[in-house]
Amino acid sequence: MYRYDDRDHAIINDRVAQFRGQTERYLAGDLSEEQFLPLRLQNGLYIQRLAPMLRIAVPYGLLNSTQLRRLARISRDYDKGYAHFTTRQNLQFNWPQLDDVPDILAELAEVEMHSVQTSGNCIRNTTSDPYAGVARDEIADPRPYCELIRQWSTFHPEFAFLPRKFKIAVSGSEQDRAAIRVHDIGVQIVKRGGEIGFQVLVGGGQGRTPVIAEQIRDFLPEQDLLSYLEAIVRVYNQLGRRDNKYKARIKILVKALGAEEFGRRVEQEWEQIKDGADRLTPEALAWAKSFFTEPTYRAFDGAASDAALQAQAEGDKAFSRWLERNSFPHRVPGYRAIKLSTKPTGVPPGDVTDRQLEAIAELADEFSFGEARVTHDQNVVLADVQQDRLLELWQAARKHGFATPNIGTLTDMICCPGGDYCSLANAKSIPVAEAIQRKFDDLDYLYDLGDLNLNISGCMNACGHHHVGHIGILGVDKKGEEFYQIQLGGSSSENASLAKVLGPSFSRAEVPEVIGKILDIYVEQRQPEEPFIDTYNRIGLQPFKESVYARAS
Amino acid sequence: MPAQAKKPKPAKLGPQPENPAQVIIDDAVAENVWRLLPQAEGDVEITGESLASGNVILPYKLWHNLRDELAERAHEIGVWLDSDESAELLGEDAKALPLIAVHFPAFADGRGFTTGRLLRERYGFDGELRAVGAFMRDQLTYLRRCGFNAFAYEGQQSLENLLESLHDFSDSYQAALDQPLPMFRRRAV
Repeated sequence: MYRYDDRDHAIINDRVAQFRGQTERYLAGDLSEEQFLPLRLQNGLYIQRLAPMLRIAVPYGLLNSTQLRRLARISRDYDKGYAHFTTRQNLQFNWPQLDDVPDILAELAEVEMHSVQTSGNCIRNTTSDPYAGVARDEIADPRPYCELIRQWSTFHPEFAFLPRKFKIAVSGSEQDRAAIRVHDIGVQIVKRGGEIGFQVLVGGGQGRTPVIAEQIRDFLPEQDLLSYLEAIVRVYNQLGRRDNKYKARIKILVKALGAEEFGRRVEQEWEQIKDGADRLTPEALAWAKSFFTEPTYRAFDGAASDAALQAQAEGDKAFSRWLERNSFPHRVPGYRAIKLSTKPTGVPPGDVTDRQLEAIAELADEFSFGEARVTHDQNVVLADVQQDRLLELWQAARKHGFATPNIGTLTDMICCPGGDYCSLANAKSIPVAEAIQRKFDDLDYLYDLGDLNLNISGCMNACGHHHVGHIGILGVDKKGEEFYQIQLGGSSSENASLAKVLGPSFSRAEVPEVIGKILDIYVEQRQPEEPFIDTYNRIGLQPFKESVYARAS
Repeated sequence: MPAQAKKPKPAKLGPQPENPAQVIIDDAVAENVWRLLPQAEGDVEITGESLASGNVILPYKLWHNLRDELAERAHEIGVWLDSDESAELLGEDAKALPLIAVHFPAFADGRGFTTGRLLRERYGFDGELRAVGAFMRDQLTYLRRCGFNAFAYEGQQSLENLLESLHDFSDSYQAALDQPLPMFRRRAV
């Protein structure tokens, strides 16, 4: 993974000192609430319903065991002993004290971490594929480009006060596991005639006005990545709306101008800067790539390793289930990537205790070259595990509560913190997730349902990605009461689509039963081996609607 | 029904920049030797003749109207751009100006960062580039990096305090006016 040198350390330490000064001025009354707001937000600090919330950047989800242990210590010393993985591969503390935050940032800086630009109207943490470097369908490893983007966007002097927040995602594989089509900029790595380049998409996003991004460049040469991003953000900074925060995202500008015209303006701007200092040199590209080389894999006979694993699985149904749902193919024979589930029933999705953070560190050290990845579905990936040690890993993961074999199923929900914590929420989301997990706790049933993304947001800001859930649940406020709207048919994959509203909303108590009716229709109508989303795409919303809203006779 | 002709409303002016007695120029507190004319509301008639002599910063539109009349006074005529007025409006004319001010009507309005950078990098402006309006102390590093060398500050902090914040960072990742090479070009050699 990327390691800081003296220059990176100096910049982050300067930032800690700067924020310490800002916090002191605020506490002394020299900085108004209004002026402190963007400063604390650009350090990931929100003032929430119950306490401040501090969001820590995890660049493209990558963590080493030293960082995990430090996060555990911070959660113990400054918080209530737990933390929360977010849908943008970051980590949040829910209970820090405002005047402790500079000290927390200093502790993070020691392990090459920070909270820079995890909030505010600036370029946020770049996200990517949690299987980067190990996926079989990978065209090129996205992480070196993510790191170059991270550095380019960190304290960018021109783009710290954009019209609105700005999110970039990079995918290096054929299958899109980074949801690039619902980002302000989506970068897809492609290879043409042996040359690496990028397809560039703009104007995707969730929130109040969900939009699927449109392509403005079919092939951008590798060395032009940063200058092209600079051109896009510059056009947006000048032309994006600033009169209404709900119309300020780049998606609104792209819609207003049309993707073609927006793209034309970007190209026009880019023509003027493409040969400038931001053009990536071969040395710079080689340097960035040098941080993401292969770990020292052992050589295995793939077929023999697969057969041995198969034999182990046959003897143990629970292990076999876990293997089926929670492990993923690896491009190196004899290895697998595994997902630790943070979603056993009754725990808010994405929440982990200090002890669990340390356990992830131990598992990473023991089984996966000391590294782990946070995923956008709020789980944790150990990317490089020997197949002959999976049984051992499973047993250890079970001990720490990470082995719930539900990855990709109905109960592996994406869920925002909701009304229990967030001051923006219209409704609670965590109790809804729990009620669904409790109703559908039969593993055989879950496996029979197969791949199914259920996403829950407590308000239309869509932090729980309800627009792109196969089933999406949105908390709404009806005259002071919490209700839930159900949506169907969303997807954040390479075939991205936005979910459609099923009909009038339901009370919280009704939600699990409504989900049950939707699943019944799927089971009834599906063809052999057909996943939920495909059945939905084939039969449409109507049969689900009829069943859910049928009058009791 | 006949269409009713609506009387055009006079465009409402946004916040106008102040013109404090002291400013920061090139890392030091200095006397402000420029007058600044706000945008005029309604039918206020300003002509080249009626404009008092001495250094004056004119709103872009007024400057554009009077520039020929004022050609002989060019050395004492600066221009200020509002946040919706891009560097492109001045374009190649920028080079000939002694001073350009860029207005930040609110600190969150970041268009001026791009304007400053383009004036310097694209249009070759090397005179005094002055930030005016509601920018704050904590934006000074960014402003400086985008080419601003003068600051007409309207806030509560002392200018001495402000000087400290001009250099909050000892290094930077991007190329900008203070650093021609992005860090990747400096480390990967």
